[in-house]
Amino acid sequence: MKKQFFLSTLGFAAIFALTSCNQGNNPSNTTSSNSGSSSSGTVTVVDAEKIVAEGQFEEAKLTAPPNVPPPIGNRKAKKLIVRMETIEKVGELADGTDYTFWTFDGTVPGSFIRARVGDDIEFHLKNNANSTVAHNIDLHAVNGPGGGAAASNAAPGKEAVFSFKALNPGLYVYHCATAPVPEHIANGMYGLILIEPEGGLPPVDKEFYIMQGDFYTKGKNGAKGLQQFDIEKGIAEHPDYIVFNGSTRSLLGNNALQVKTGEKVRIYFGVGGPNITSSFHIIGEIFDKVYVEGGSTINEHVQTTLVPAGGSAIVEFTPTVPGDLVIVDHSLFRAFHKGTIGKIKVTGPENPNVFKAHK
Amino acid sequence: MRSLVTVILSVLLLSCNKVTDTLIPQSGNWVDTVYPIVSEKKMQLIDAGSYKTFFGKDSGSFVQVKSFYLDETPVTNKEYLSFLKKNPQWTRSQVLRLLADTGYLHNWQGDYEMPANAAPDAPVTNISWYAARAYAKSVGKRLPTIDEWEFVGAADQVSKNASDKPEFVDYIVKSLLKRMMYLKPVKQEAANFYGIYDMYGMVWEWTEDFSAVMITGDSRDDKNANEGLFCAGSAATTQDLKNYAAFARFAMRGSVRANYCINNLGFRCAKNIVE
Ligand SMILES: [Cu+2]
Repeated sequence: MKKQFFLSTLGFAAIFALTSCNQGNNPSNTTSSNSGSSSSGTVTVVDAEKIVAEGQFEEAKLTAPPNVPPPIGNRKAKKLIVRMETIEKVGELADGTDYTFWTFDGTVPGSFIRARVGDDIEFHLKNNANSTVAHNIDLHAVNGPGGGAAASNAAPGKEAVFSFKALNPGLYVYHCATAPVPEHIANGMYGLILIEPEGGLPPVDKEFYIMQGDFYTKGKNGAKGLQQFDIEKGIAEHPDYIVFNGSTRSLLGNNALQVKTGEKVRIYFGVGGPNITSSFHIIGEIFDKVYVEGGSTINEHVQTTLVPAGGSAIVEFTPTVPGDLVIVDHSLFRAFHKGTIGKIKVTGPENPNVFKAHK
Repeated sequence: MRSLVTVILSVLLLSCNKVTDTLIPQSGNWVDTVYPIVSEKKMQLIDAGSYKTFFGKDSGSFVQVKSFYLDETPVTNKEYLSFLKKNPQWTRSQVLRLLADTGYLHNWQGDYEMPANAAPDAPVTNISWYAARAYAKSVGKRLPTIDEWEFVGAADQVSKNASDKPEFVDYIVKSLLKRMMYLKPVKQEAANFYGIYDMYGMVWEWTEDFSAVMITGDSRDDKNANEGLFCAGSAATTQDLKNYAAFARFAMRGSVRANYCINNLGFRCAKNIVE
């Protein structure tokens, strides 16, 4: 009789939900993201299942952070092929500090995926031939086993394919769920997928893509050279770096985001974790709108929005005066000592009606 | 939904098992006979013992491992070349696709020309499970089982079982981050307690029963794995750390099929002790 070793991908994924030990209490999690919805025009999940995606399969256009693919607008549901590749590569974590990142498409976070409710998505996950380990993907936008994790498990050099229909609108995190999951995420394996409602989100002038993640290195914050993942610090939840878009400098200097006064700005924000949540805040600006937890509930006039690990928020604001806005995790030691800091350069005419410094 | 998961995965797993349980498939005039070669590979005696499994149905229990011999290093390019010379049916141009996918020896320069970028004494990689088995047969050996591999893999340089040493776990976790090590000659580091080299940080290794590792969609199917790894696991004991490092090996075993050929997947052979 052959002995069998069971490797549970969903179980690894569930580690983040922190509910894996008492799942019995949850009747079902397939439709929960739609509960409490207050916005109009949101189709129910049952309706979404009936939407027929027309036409031939098309290649989805993905973007690297901080960019976002064009809005879906009024288009009908269609058949999309999404191709992503898991790539292990050395990159800059901080000035003078490198790290061996595990990535989707070579960036942290991985490519931004944009689709709409009712789209049929054929997902191709290729694992680069030079990878050391197996990788897969768990998309929180998927209704199905492990969010696709088991179906997408790919050995180095191999490709795995699975299909799903986008049912729930919202901004969802995706991440690698190959064991040991926390290490894969700690090395940078996460990203965002936006499922727009029918008719699309209201148009804005500028859209950006930012994710926060915590990193655990052998050397202390500031130690130079190639740093290795430190499992003990990961378990203790003591990150040396907490950064936006995989590097302390990803949104600073020449990488600062650029907007003009009067432009309506939307930021798709997510937290990859693996451990640390974000008190997401922009110094000098108030969020006119927050799509709470990336779902359909809209809150208005928000100063700081709390985003869980493995969760997201969509924030909107319109800068009215020129100057630098500072993006932070308002748990401020992180911003000043661990890296959660970025800038938005706002250009345009002074607007003393709204703000004026007195000499 | 849960039952659907089970159904889908059962299908997947059944088909997976089938491949590996079949003997080498017959096809046309392809020769499935393996011609013996002489190997001077040094083996080490591994004394019988037991180890605590960290994965699967028997998770946490002690599994007995009988005495056996194990190659001191992974099989090298040079050694594999001598196998090919006697067994041309296993050269890149003649091998059956069913037995080795298109990645088979793709880094070699020709049927009998070793890779340009790897040392002759580097582990042979881009080798399918079928090919590894055929090689083992040609030298009168076999592949080690998962239990045998894990039992030997628990040893550090000075002790049989280093599972409880955080520095050993750290060493294994670090080994996952080393890249392109499969291009270097074997014996990059000191041997472990048994005199076995390169268990970590060089290549992944085929095991006879690798396909017993199953990716299930629902951890609740397997009570032990789930509770052992996720609930009780919230307290970070050294045993949990050990589990953590082992995850990657099992994830790798669960991601491959018998005809897969991968850049950093090689093998070493084992042998029974004849009494
Ligand atoms: Cu991964």
